Amino acid sequence: MKAPDYVAEVSSVPIGDILRRYPLAVDYLANIRLVGVDETKTLPEILENVDEDMLEEFGLDREEVIFHFSAFLEAFSRMEESIETISSITILGWRDKAGRPEMLELTVTPGEVVSIVGPTGSGKSRLLEDIECLAQRDTPTARQILINGSVPDLDKRFSTGGKLVAQLSQNMNFVMDLTVQEFLEMHAKSRMIPDSAAVVEKCFAVANSLAGEKFTLDTKVTQLSGGQSRSLMIADTALLSSSPIILIDELENAGIDRREAIEILVGNEKIVLMSTHDPLLALRADKRIVIRNGGVTKVIETTAEEEQTLHKIEAIDSALLVIRNQLRRGEIVTEESIPEFQER
Amino acid sequence: MKLITVAGPPSSGKTSVILKTIAALGLPPGSVGVVKFDSLTSFDHQRYDEQKIPNQTAFAGKICPDHHFVSNVEGAVEWGMKKGLSVLVTESAGLCNRCSPYVNGILSVCVIDNLSGINTPRKIGPMLKYADIVVVTKGDVVSQAEREVFAFNIREVNASATVLFVNGITGQGAFMLARHWQDTLDIRTLRDRKLRFTMPAAICSYCTGETLIGEMYQMGMVKRMEFDDESP
Ligand SMILES: Nc1nc2c(ncn2[C@@H]2O[C@H](COP(=O)(O)OP(=O)(O)OP(=O)(O)O)[C@@H](O)[C@H]2O)c(=O)[nH]1
Ligand SMILES: Nc1ncnc2c1ncn2[C@@H]1O[C@H](COP(=O)(O)OP(=O)(O)O)[C@@H](O)[C@H]1O
Ligand SMILES: [Mg+2]
Ligand SMILES: [Mg+2]
Repeated sequence: MKAPDYVAEVSSVPIGDILRRYPLAVDYLANIRLVGVDETKTLPEILENVDEDMLEEFGLDREEVIFHFSAFLEAFSRMEESIETISSITILGWRDKAGRPEMLELTVTPGEVVSIVGPTGSGKSRLLEDIECLAQRDTPTARQILINGSVPDLDKRFSTGGKLVAQLSQNMNFVMDLTVQEFLEMHAKSRMIPDSAAVVEKCFAVANSLAGEKFTLDTKVTQLSGGQSRSLMIADTALLSSSPIILIDELENAGIDRREAIEILVGNEKIVLMSTHDPLLALRADKRIVIRNGGVTKVIETTAEEEQTLHKIEAIDSALLVIRNQLRRGEIVTEESIPEFQER
Repeated sequence: MKLITVAGPPSSGKTSVILKTIAALGLPPGSVGVVKFDSLTSFDHQRYDEQKIPNQTAFAGKICPDHHFVSNVEGAVEWGMKKGLSVLVTESAGLCNRCSPYVNGILSVCVIDNLSGINTPRKIGPMLKYADIVVVTKGDVVSQAEREVFAFNIREVNASATVLFVNGITGQGAFMLARHWQDTLDIRTLRDRKLRFTMPAAICSYCTGETLIGEMYQMGMVKRMEFDDESP
């Protein structure tokens, strides 16, 4: 449907039916202070009785409201169709901070997890930024990012409005004054998901399975603990975000089930890249990128032996957690708190 | 010379975004200048001076900031031309939500931040509605979901704008904004160009310095509210 079709529809169909067909329409009307309108009337009929001065405050006259409203409906139905599908991204290297060539050509596909390791300041965040902005040899690293094997067209690069990539990091917090339920419903609405109740329910369940301490649907998101917040962010990103690529910058020690978190993201066919100092996360990845001085020096496939060691590392990790909790509770740490295998 | 108008609520990150975008433009030092329009005080000149960016500050004082902008922007363009700038940026702050310092045919950028509350895009009005590009800052401190909902609320108000996410501290995303700046047209003067949206209506007696309250002191354009008159 094109804009003129919407004009025809808006001009002839009672507003009540329009509101049912296009759930977002109510927001448009609220934005120009048209609330509690007679649903049996059409928009032009309603506008007849609206003060011209009030519309003028919004820079509109009666006719313009109809065009503007139609353009709004058209834009949002277009947005509904433009959900991205991606079969791969490719990172092509160029040079490190010293100008030495970076020998890198790495393709990542949905369901794959790549970790990025290296000292602080080595360029892990930079690599994630290059991916986020679909760098075309125009960032300090001169890397190039390909989507589905080819150069993404400029329009796409500029118009996706961040829709290709979702980001998670340690510094992120919730600032909305909403309960968990309201928050998830609001996000679902912005994604124009028709049956939001089911996905809200699922998101909540998954978030709670990741969090150490449980929370309820009527908790305010701003009152969640660090671990609960991260859990909700991860569940929400996996299930409610449309972005096919997820970039994670140092999300460690967040008091959540980290392995499970990665499984959930991967299970939803996302491309996941994460910079990390956490051995559990680094080794859970299918591959890891090693960065030094601004350039990728190695891409290592996680070996079978490394995978074998994962459960031992988990044991060490949970031993540490026991000690951490003892300290939190104000207890004294004893020799017994430290497991046997550390003795060797 | 290219002219870019940047506006946004106080402390939304305008100066930070402008500085990062100027850096991303990679033009010779001294060829990009800024004119800051503010109402009472501003410390932005210190940050522009630090980066050796030619800049001027204009205070509206007791004049409505929007009216002040439109009566001085042409002078700003003349200043930029005289300085031989290739890009002139105007930064407008201290505006009310009724304002939009945008001119037809001139790239208009609205900067708002993720921390300002999810309904803010719906409350800002013409400054957001008539922008070509909406830059969203401080995405580094809120969740992905909040960024998405915020961007969605922006599109509900201005479905045709390009929405860009820029981190004012690291400059992430600034380079995309720089691309848009590069693509905008060159001008020599603003004379005879039209504002995108009417300025707030003047003049009432308070505009001209009246301070006493009461109907007898009110003259000119006055909008009176109708209160519910039922007694409890
Ligand atoms: N975390 C974070 N802080 C930011 C970001 N952008 C700007 N800031 C901070 O926000 C504060 C205000 O930024 P300014 O650039 O001065 O804002 P402004 O809009 O120019 O402010 P006025 O001109 O005074 O209205 C500063 O402390 C910045 O460091 C961002 O993307 N993330
Ligand atoms: N190849 C490169 N060429 C030039 N500068 C680089 C390169 N790689 C990284 N940098 C710069 O090095 C700095 C530190 O990188 P950053 O990504 O923050 O490190 P990390 O996240 O690993 O701590 C950043 O300013 C980044 O832009
Ligand atoms: Mg980093
Ligand atoms: Mg400023």
